[in-house]
Amino acid sequence: MLKKLIPHPLLSLTLTVVWLMLVNKFSLGNLLLGGVLGLLIPVLTAPYWPGRPNVRGPFKMVEYVLIVIWDIIVANVEVALLILFKPNRDLKSAWVTVPLDLRSPEAITVLAGTITMTPGTVSAMLSSCGTSILVHCLHTDDPEAVRDEIKNRYERRLKEIFQ
Amino acid sequence: MIVDVIISICLVVGGIFGIVGSYGLIKLQDTMQRLHAPTKATTLGVGGVLVASMLYFLFKEDTYTFHELLISAFLFLTAPITAHFMAKTHIRMRELRGTLPETQRKHGWSLYDTPPEMLTDPPADEVKSLESR
Repeated sequence: MLKKLIPHPLLSLTLTVVWLMLVNKFSLGNLLLGGVLGLLIPVLTAPYWPGRPNVRGPFKMVEYVLIVIWDIIVANVEVALLILFKPNRDLKSAWVTVPLDLRSPEAITVLAGTITMTPGTVSAMLSSCGTSILVHCLHTDDPEAVRDEIKNRYERRLKEIFQ
Repeated sequence: MIVDVIISICLVVGGIFGIVGSYGLIKLQDTMQRLHAPTKATTLGVGGVLVASMLYFLFKEDTYTFHELLISAFLFLTAPITAHFMAKTHIRMRELRGTLPETQRKHGWSLYDTPPEMLTDPPADEVKSLESR
C-alpha cells in the first residue's frame, strides 16, 4: 500500500527540494505544494520507471560528489594549460576502453556523466551489452593509467553506493 | 570589502575558463578534441559565475538564493548527454570500426552491434516488473 502511494521516496524528496529551490522561498505553503507535487509526479510517472535503484550510504555519496568537484577543478586547470601551451602536434589523443564492473544502469549513467564532466575525458559510447564504455582522452601518454584511474577512483566508489 | 574581492576573483576565474574553453574550440584540430573544450566552460566557467552570484546575494543583498545550485544541477544532468550524442554522431560519420579499440567484451560497440536481449543479470525487481506487464 505504502509502496503504491510512494513508489519512489528518493524521487519524491528530490522533487520537493527542487520545487522549494525553484520558488526560492521557504514557507509552509510552498512546502505543502512541493510535497504534493513530489507525491503526485512519481505516482503518475511510475510506469516509466521500471526499477528502483538501490542507493545506500549518504556519506559515501557526499564523499563522491566532493571528490568529483575537486577533480573537476584540478582537471580544468590541466586542460586549460594543455589548450594554451601545448602545440597541436604534441597532443596525443586516444580512445580508451573501460570495461565495467558496474551493472545497474543508473550507476553506469552516473559514471558516464562523471567522465564527461571532468575535463580531459569524454565518454563516447557503450558496448551494446552495456558492460564496457568508450572514453576519449584529450591528451595522455599512458591510456592504461587513465583506465585504471577511472576504475579505482570513480567506479569503485559508485559500486559501493549502488550495490 | 573582502567579499568584493572574493566575488571579483570568482567572476574573473569563471571568465578566464570561459574564454580558454572558447579558444580551445578554435585551436583544437578534430571534433573529438574540440568536444573537450566546452566541458570546461560548463564546469568552472559557469561554476565561478554561479558562486560569485550566490556570494553577492548572500552578503550584499542579504537574501539567500538557491537558483544557482539548481542551474549547476541541471547543467550536470544535461551537458554529458549532449556531449555523448555529439560523440556518437561524430563516430557514426567519421570513424570506422577499426579505428576504435575493442570493447574487451563479447559484444561490440552499440553503434555497430545490435544489443543482446537484456543486460546481463538485471536486478531482480526489474525482471519482476517486466514480467508483470
